[in-house]
Amino acid sequence: MDLVHVCMPPPDAERPWRLESYEGRGGYRVWRKVLAGELDAGQILETVKASGLRGRGGAGFPTGLKWSFMPGDCEQPTYLVCNSDESEPGTCHDRDILRYNPHVLIEGMALAAYAMGATVSYNYIRGEFLGEPVPRFLDALDEARAAGLIGRGLGAAGIDFELHPFVGAGAYICGEETGLLESLEGKPGKPRFKPPFPAQSGLYGRPTTVNNTQTLACVPAIVEKGAEWFKSLGPPNSAGTMIYSVSGHVERPGNYEAPLGVSFNELLEHAGGVWKGRKLKAVIPGGSSVPVLPAAIIRECTMDYDSLSEAGSALGTGAMIVMDDRTCMVSVLRRIARFYYAESCGQCTPCREGTGWLYRMLTRMLEGRAKVSDLDLLLSVANNIEGHTICALGDAAAWPVQSFLKHFRGEFEEKIRSSRPLARRKEAAYA
Amino acid sequence: MPAVSGNSLLPDAARAAIRESTARFPSGRQRSAVLDALRLAQDGNGGWLSVELMDAVAEELALPPIQVYEVATFYSMFEVRAVGRHCVSVCTNISCWLRGGRELLKHLENRLGISAGESTVDGRIFLKEEEECLAACTGAPMMMVGHCYHENVTPDEADRIVERLS
Repeated sequence: MDLVHVCMPPPDAERPWRLESYEGRGGYRVWRKVLAGELDAGQILETVKASGLRGRGGAGFPTGLKWSFMPGDCEQPTYLVCNSDESEPGTCHDRDILRYNPHVLIEGMALAAYAMGATVSYNYIRGEFLGEPVPRFLDALDEARAAGLIGRGLGAAGIDFELHPFVGAGAYICGEETGLLESLEGKPGKPRFKPPFPAQSGLYGRPTTVNNTQTLACVPAIVEKGAEWFKSLGPPNSAGTMIYSVSGHVERPGNYEAPLGVSFNELLEHAGGVWKGRKLKAVIPGGSSVPVLPAAIIRECTMDYDSLSEAGSALGTGAMIVMDDRTCMVSVLRRIARFYYAESCGQCTPCREGTGWLYRMLTRMLEGRAKVSDLDLLLSVANNIEGHTICALGDAAAWPVQSFLKHFRGEFEEKIRSSRPLARRKEAAYA
Repeated sequence: MPAVSGNSLLPDAARAAIRESTARFPSGRQRSAVLDALRLAQDGNGGWLSVELMDAVAEELALPPIQVYEVATFYSMFEVRAVGRHCVSVCTNISCWLRGGRELLKHLENRLGISAGESTVDGRIFLKEEEECLAACTGAPMMMVGHCYHENVTPDEADRIVERLS
């Protein structure tokens, strides 16, 4: 498997987060063309549309199409918002873009804002990134501003492009785009009903587009090298590269940027294979919200939108969580269920109440206080959350339960039968 | 933006930083600065927000206090009760769970003699409630001390890290 760096800097670049380094490898060439009046907004939009770029935040929505929902000629301000609120369990590549390649994101945001006719943009960065990614991004903003790449009346073309940082304060739900906009307005991050979609009524009720960090980081290369180049990197419907966050039971966990469509087996091998010489049991291929796949199925997959969807899962954020043959699937599912229970914003009853039910029922199974028939009840609760909430967090809570039971029901039954009451084996039950 | 004078609970530096944050948003949208303002207030108060401090933020931003309280209680990085000086979080979400995150948390609980969610009696360390994913999954298990990430942490390293906290 060959690594291909579109969003990440080349591994041998020295201090790749500095403006000097970024420009040294061709950075800001495209934005400078725009500022010189040599590239118009329509060309950028058409190129991104034709490139087949899809949102890397999890949903995989075509980026160019999303941009085209913005009203063309309308009074300002309209907004571009970058979603750097990376918090999908297993996912940690936006953090590395912010740390190692912040200028590619700034250039991507500049091009995106210009293509959509937005003059003001915000980058919403999760609060826990205050130690390292935020200062890197702020330093890059200062450099770009001093170089005349951000500001008002830029270049011969006199373009306005403002970019402000925004730092969150700890809430998974703010990764949902309308929850993020609420948070940006200084409110609890409770998602909004759609429609209206942000392109009609977003930040402060103005037309707004929210894109993920990695999505925007792809844009400069696409505009420079062309749509056909980007498409040719991956299989049909899956253009370009993905930074795969490979975590869990592998020898060499890491962020590996490679073309979409690489085989799962190659990617696993690149990460050193399953650790300790053990066998592969299961993989969650796109962050904790997507359905789990057992070894036999994922072994046949390639890492792209269509292959994983046909296998009953999804590419999601490209965060591949690997589990070896000693993993207790009941414990893993209970931990995942706890996450959604903790992070539900609480405004929709099925999610607020249902996620607690899921967590408590799975706890009972591990503590030896459940019956095998409770598995049907567990599934029924999950099915009654799915599709019945304002945002996708409810679905994300339901899918792991449905898929773990689909592929590992026997293990759940065995666990329920073999677990004795808590008083006798409290520690062992969680092992 | 109205900056009410005589707001003594917030130091001048914090108030200046809040004004700087407010300037990033359109006129009349100073509510957007409430997360920054609460963070600044909390950082200057040993890591937690009293009601008086939240009221001071509300006054500084000319917001009804409820709009500050609801934010302070929604986001996990704000504490609305007194906690230890150093905030220590151990991630136990899936990627860390698979590589010993929970064992690391238990180790620290035993060593510090407190449960997650509690502070040591000397007020030195606040061990945060079981932490959710902090996006360092390829460095699992990980822990965060203040804003600093520590990755691939062993129990021995965790001991050394907390020993260094004064």
